[in-house]
Amino acid sequence: MEPLLKVENLHVRFASYAGNVHAVRGVSFEVGRGEVLAIVGESGCGKTVTAKAAMRLLDRTNAIVDKDSRIELDGQDMLHMPRRKLNTIRGKDISMIFQDSMTSLNPTMTVGKQIMENLLTHTSMTKGAARKRAKELLELVEIPDPEDRLDCYPHQLSGGMRQRVMIAIALACDPKLLIADEPTTALDVTIQAQLLDLLGRIKEQNGMSVILVTHDLGVVASFAQRVQVMYAGQIVEHGTVEDIFKRPKHPYTWALLSSIPGRALSSKSELYALKGTPPDLRRPLIGCPFAERCEYCMGICKKQCPSETEVSEGHSASCWLCHEFAPKVQPPRIFGGNE
Amino acid sequence: MWKYILKRLGYMLLTLLAVVSITFLLVHTIPGDPFTSMVEDLPEETRQLYMEKYGFDKPLIVQYVRYITQLLTGDLGASLRYPGRKVGEIVAQYAPVSASIGGLALFMGVVLGLTLGILAALKQNRWPDRLVMVIALLGTAIPTFVIAAVLQYALTVTWPVFPTTGYGTWKHLVLPVTCMCVSPLASYARYMRSSVLDTANQDYILTAEAKGVDRFHIVTRHILRNAILPCITMICVSVGGIFSGSFIIEKIFAIPGLGKYFISAINDRDYSVVLGLNVIFTGIYVMAMLLSDILLMLCDPRLRLSNDK
Repeated sequence: MEPLLKVENLHVRFASYAGNVHAVRGVSFEVGRGEVLAIVGESGCGKTVTAKAAMRLLDRTNAIVDKDSRIELDGQDMLHMPRRKLNTIRGKDISMIFQDSMTSLNPTMTVGKQIMENLLTHTSMTKGAARKRAKELLELVEIPDPEDRLDCYPHQLSGGMRQRVMIAIALACDPKLLIADEPTTALDVTIQAQLLDLLGRIKEQNGMSVILVTHDLGVVASFAQRVQVMYAGQIVEHGTVEDIFKRPKHPYTWALLSSIPGRALSSKSELYALKGTPPDLRRPLIGCPFAERCEYCMGICKKQCPSETEVSEGHSASCWLCHEFAPKVQPPRIFGGNE
Repeated sequence: MWKYILKRLGYMLLTLLAVVSITFLLVHTIPGDPFTSMVEDLPEETRQLYMEKYGFDKPLIVQYVRYITQLLTGDLGASLRYPGRKVGEIVAQYAPVSASIGGLALFMGVVLGLTLGILAALKQNRWPDRLVMVIALLGTAIPTFVIAAVLQYALTVTWPVFPTTGYGTWKHLVLPVTCMCVSPLASYARYMRSSVLDTANQDYILTAEAKGVDRFHIVTRHILRNAILPCITMICVSVGGIFSGSFIIEKIFAIPGLGKYFISAINDRDYSVVLGLNVIFTGIYVMAMLLSDILLMLCDPRLRLSNDK
């Protein structure tokens, strides 16, 4: 079956005084129908920019998306679509949940109106019907006393509640694809779990696809089916959750998995931390972007960028270690345990 | 909410008292007295007689207590320079003149300033923005009296379209109102521009965009409502200045307003008039501040609730 979202060779640059920051460097991926794809990586690796580009939310910023980049949603070219058409798709077929619910809701508009706005924009509902639907949506995201909450302003709700409202807004028109950009980062752990649980259940009910942008690997393990790891604007490894957690191939993925607390704390040893900083994205990268920080760096890594190597079906890594002539290295013992 | 307003009214009275006390002290520290400036070569005995008659020979503290008691009965006193004229009457006579010019200027300034500011922000870095910013820069940089003099010369002498000075018909209003609104207009435009730009960069605008709301509704529903909030205070401060009028404008266009009268009262050491007018100006100013707080509460739900607690 045709994938729901297809991103091909996406390049995004940001114009700045100190030169163009090449934030996303040739990213290609697909999201199938009903699939949950997690994009993980450290801050500044381009995961949010990729997500925003898919929604064309970069239009009003200083971002430059390359001409030959392609993003297709359900066969429709998102990047070259006129605004009017785009606005009939955004919020309806594809919607987004943002990281910080405090700043992502309009402070001078009631929660109900903000949910209704989505409905009134995309359907021919009357205000009364939209209000009724908004109430149902609040029920769906398990907010108590939905009728009263409709007339609340965002500041009257707790962080978890606000994020539920954000989810209600995003789900208002039954989108085919939901992009959740670090939806639980600003919340405490118990609320995080509740919200992910909720998202998971809703996803099961309406069969939408989800792109989950996060740096929390725990969230990924419990929620996603496929994972792609990004580093310095590139996808360095992608595969199923099993592949990434049990049989990771890229040293960066090893490093990410090793830095999860839990194991290390129980064994009283020092928590692993990846040394160094990501490369300066203003400069062109020669060789592998991770080479500088890689413990397994070889001569070729600094000269030539590795291409994607398929290690098993649906599992690829961009690392010279996956090359047939590469020395066999023993990956560190990590989180999920190697097989 | 009502409790809050009552509390604010209480603070207002305190502010008024403080302003009156300071002005009282200042007015009496200015060298000279109301009588020497009135008549040349006033004999010393006559002066003493007058000083005694008005109680100016008493210690300052006694005069102060007497003035405050008088004020509490609602009496602003009578003019020393023009005996028989009450301060209240002076205000009633001149304030409408100042208010008509100041009010019109404020209205024009707000309407044009906000419109230009919004326009500039929405067309950021394109020619409408540049044009508005140049206008705003000139408006802030060129002093009012220069604008007034140039306009007066151009439009009354070179091309006699409007009357040079005076007050009466709508034609008399055009030039003074124009001159008076330029500077506030410029600052409103700049302020509104940056406020709109700031709001447009907020996350919730991105949320609205992600909902598929079109640009027009993003601007009207989400940006403007939030961008206007910081401007409310600024505009209300200017409301306080409406009645006091602009001394310079009233002088240049020979308009019989309060501003002009106020200055001559200071020169004449007309203590009661200076003090009385000051009380009224301060009162209006403080009322305007209260108005701005109430308006903000009505417009911003976040303020409304924190005050209910």
